[in-house]
Amino acid sequence: MASGKARVPVIEGWFTTDEDRPQLLGSRCRSCGARFFPKTGACRNPECGRGEIEEVALSRTGRVWSFTDNRYQPPPPYVASDPFEPYAIAAVELADERMVVLGQLVPGTDVAALGVGAEMELALGTLYEDDEREYLVWKWRPTGA
Amino acid sequence: MPETDRQVAILGVGMHPWGKWGRSFVEYGTSAARAALDDAGLRWSDVQFVSGADTIRNGYPGYVAGATFAQALGWSGARVSSCYSACASGATAIDIARARILAGLCDVALVVGADTTPKGFFAPVGGDRPEDPDWLRFRLLGATNPTYFGLYARRRMELYGATERDFARVKVKNSRQGAANPNARYHKAVSEDEVLASPVVASPLRLLDICATSDGGAAVVLSSMDFARSRRPRPVKIAAVSTVTPRYPNTVIEMPNFATDSSAGVAPPDRPFRDSITHAAYQEAGIGPDDLDLAEVYDLSTALELDWYENIGLCKAGEAERLLNDGDTALGGRIPVNASGGLACFGEAVPAQAIAQVCELTWQLRGEADGRQVEGAKVGVTVNQGLFGHGSSVVVMR
Repeated sequence: MASGKARVPVIEGWFTTDEDRPQLLGSRCRSCGARFFPKTGACRNPECGRGEIEEVALSRTGRVWSFTDNRYQPPPPYVASDPFEPYAIAAVELADERMVVLGQLVPGTDVAALGVGAEMELALGTLYEDDEREYLVWKWRPTGA
Repeated sequence: MPETDRQVAILGVGMHPWGKWGRSFVEYGTSAARAALDDAGLRWSDVQFVSGADTIRNGYPGYVAGATFAQALGWSGARVSSCYSACASGATAIDIARARILAGLCDVALVVGADTTPKGFFAPVGGDRPEDPDWLRFRLLGATNPTYFGLYARRRMELYGATERDFARVKVKNSRQGAANPNARYHKAVSEDEVLASPVVASPLRLLDICATSDGGAAVVLSSMDFARSRRPRPVKIAAVSTVTPRYPNTVIEMPNFATDSSAGVAPPDRPFRDSITHAAYQEAGIGPDDLDLAEVYDLSTALELDWYENIGLCKAGEAERLLNDGDTALGGRIPVNASGGLACFGEAVPAQAIAQVCELTWQLRGEADGRQVEGAKVGVTVNQGLFGHGSSVVVMR
């Protein structure tokens, strides 16, 4: 924000851009209640498969299923910083949905202090930037950090 | 029908050695096909059906691999199919050929897969494709294949107390076993310390924990049991092929997905996806894991090999490290795993790999696996998993 650049989501419709309390946007089946992320055009519960789909905001919090990091620059279409900065990735099981969702960890997260079951919350972070804009994506951070 | 009526014979197997040769995948595939035909004592003109396992990396010819190999071997009028199931493509191609033989539509089928790979991480197909989850996971997360392997490995450590040294011992075992395999890419026996000194790629996994990407080709010649009788007494047989998909809700994060299914409304299946892959093959073959003499599992990472021990029923969850450290899964042990050297010694040549696993079991069951022979092997299983939900397992019997 200090850069004065416009902050825009890197992809439309996947998450809300509330800076303090962002949420992932998924799908909910009006018939069976199944929830999906990312959004789906039709219910994928094989016992249902017929319900109307509506947009739903998903739990902001969850617990760590596992975590890792990336020490080497991935190939495109990832837009890497120059010089490349390694980043960590967590798989977090959402509290209500019991659905594991991947996300980068907020830079500076103490990965050594993480463990399976640690409480996490959703945050917004910069995925990359160009001269005019910062492109935002959802990230995970330890709750209260 | 009784299980024996669903068997097909493996008349011939062949491979082009794995490496980073930088030549066309067509060359590797035709070389492997010719080797398999020679091994079967058949000519190309005897083949009635060609089943190609596709590669997405080598332009249009890769998407129509069956026809590409048929043209390279010389148009013969043989019927053809091509299929893509990511890493599981080879097993799918075998299954298509097997089904055609069992349906009585042909006697002799050739199955071929080959790949030429670039250096470094596997990357999605190029262009701007925001509808493709494989493209999006790189774009939005920077989630490479080793990212997923790292997640599984870390979870093993957290749940079962696995250590980086346990992972290193898988590499040590496989590097010893593959050292004498002429088709392997790497022949050097690696020490625990060498693994632990290699750089971290996706913690806790290091460079030597993660399989490389390779060039290579593999082929098998399959036939009906009737046709085989006059050619090869007591041939090695395929007793089952499993190509199962997951059941909803799939609660394990899989490449290239961002999320699992939700298990809030519907309970997860009793048998998770990876467990279900060989289970379906065992049921079809009428065997269980206790009947196995050896297994070839998809060791994309060292830690993943340990997961497979449990997924294929060699031991209970959390016991794989003990199995490894007791030597049970090494050559000479109770149930040798990856006697070929596995992906640790081969690196991955995607559409060829599941076929290569079957080649190895065939040589083992014939007693022709020089320098890595599992003595008296009669029953083996392969297991593998392809991106986007492709199970792959083949039961091979003497």
